[in-house]
Amino acid sequence: MLGLSRKTKVSTGASLPVIVGIAAACIFLLVGCLVSNIFAQQTVAGLAQGAIFASLALALVLIYRATEVINFAQGELAMATTYIAYQLTLWHVSYWLAFFLTLVISFVLGAVVYGVLIRPVQHRSVIALVIVTVGLFILIDGLVTWKWGADLKFMPAPFGNNVYHAGGVSFSRQDIGVLLVSILSVILLWVLFQFTKLGLAMRAAALRPAAAALVGIRVDWMLAIGWGLAAVLGAVAGLMTEPSQFLQPTMMQAILLYAFAAAVLGGLESPAGSVVGGLAIGVFLNLIGQYVGYATSELRLPIAFAVLLVVLLLKPTGLFGRRQVRRV
Amino acid sequence: MAALLELADVDARYGPIQALHGVTLSVEEGEIAAVLGANGAGKTTTLRAISGTVRRDGTLRFAGRALHGGPDATARHGIAHVPEGRGTFAELSVWENLRLGAYSRRASKEDFARVQRYFPWIESRRSQQAGTLSGGEQQMLALARAFMQRPRLLLLDEPSLGLAPLLVTEIFRIIRELNEQEGLTVLVVEQNAHIALQLAQTAYVLEVGRVALAGPSAEVQQHESIRRSYLGY
Repeated sequence: MLGLSRKTKVSTGASLPVIVGIAAACIFLLVGCLVSNIFAQQTVAGLAQGAIFASLALALVLIYRATEVINFAQGELAMATTYIAYQLTLWHVSYWLAFFLTLVISFVLGAVVYGVLIRPVQHRSVIALVIVTVGLFILIDGLVTWKWGADLKFMPAPFGNNVYHAGGVSFSRQDIGVLLVSILSVILLWVLFQFTKLGLAMRAAALRPAAAALVGIRVDWMLAIGWGLAAVLGAVAGLMTEPSQFLQPTMMQAILLYAFAAAVLGGLESPAGSVVGGLAIGVFLNLIGQYVGYATSELRLPIAFAVLLVVLLLKPTGLFGRRQVRRV
Repeated sequence: MAALLELADVDARYGPIQALHGVTLSVEEGEIAAVLGANGAGKTTTLRAISGTVRRDGTLRFAGRALHGGPDATARHGIAHVPEGRGTFAELSVWENLRLGAYSRRASKEDFARVQRYFPWIESRRSQQAGTLSGGEQQMLALARAFMQRPRLLLLDEPSLGLAPLLVTEIFRIIRELNEQEGLTVLVVEQNAHIALQLAQTAYVLEVGRVALAGPSAEVQQHESIRRSYLGY
């Protein structure tokens, strides 16, 4: 606390073997796509799924970095905000207007959750925080089921049902749309964090709250904004999940687990890692499902957990994790 | 004219432990004041009480207004606090550290130019990760960042800590320059009483959370017990 121990050399981002590995995987995918139409189709579908995992994983990472807790309610929050969009479309709001309104509502909701539920227990203990997020999970689940019921609901299709043909391969417009929207929101967030004063202040507040306060940053506000942005990312994930999974209170539960695997694969502290991890898991699961006969859809979740376990055993800091060296 | 910073009867506590007992001190606009004392005398706590990073009671006035609120509010009032351990954002670049210094105001090109006048090496290192700088460079970066705040008062906590003597001289030379050329008011806490007394016009000596001695540096320097306890002659 007296600041005598400080992190000195922190190795940023991925190490060389990891970068080489990712490049090799990309080349493998590219060659596969050129050789086989089905491979190309499955890769794009996997990327679309992976982009959803990536958005939710990034939301987890944002909150982990700022508050040092895994928000177990992140998926349920995403589900709830998707229901809000659904309610808006019931009121004859057009899909994309409802989409953007929902992002705004999600931001406020995320910030309020931080201010009302998280902040009061933030400095107590990690276990208290975890219990609060688990409680929030149950609360949201109950509220949504009470308000909208547990049966499947359907929203207008955002991207239509068209199929694109390119070089003999057909891609569904929905996959492309989901991929683009998810990646775009991740990129926008990255720009915010990397190139704006607000983003810099948010990073500073998450890294060193005490020092951030001394330069005049309102640390609580920054954390609230971080929770708000995480909720926005979650809403994007929820809304992009709806076209394939449809609306039901359990729609994000499996996806949260994939996102968790993605975040751990990337290194829990690394935003870039969570995105790469999400895309990788999406593609990997799809290709395994296509080419490995006995890996049926029932095995998708166990496979994701196997990935998680292997990462934790072999490289606990994940692909992009930072090794922290402290000099005292 | 009233002093820029006035503390009257300030107490501060960490939980059940009271660290300051009725500290009274004042810093005039444009001067350098030093707070001296042994380990645990309450030097760091005095700075923390001013910036609001510790629970405190008593009267604190800055530029004629009562100081209350947390460290972020204090910073926005125009007080820059370079804490023990420098408060550098080790994970961020040198440039980002400087931009954070100017967080509560709009930084101009002129501000960066001014920083480069006092810290010429910074330009060539702007994209280096701050944590990879040497200890002396980090201390200078912390000073530069505080200077980017354009504060009316700079609080410095042990700028000499852990640095080689040559670097300490260099740091104190820059502090003096900032004071003389930019009119920056400084309140510095130091273990190294010798160099602090050379720099400051006014000095306060703390002993177990109380002001034991206060006055112009020259007088404090002559004081029998100070010479024996802190200057070693």
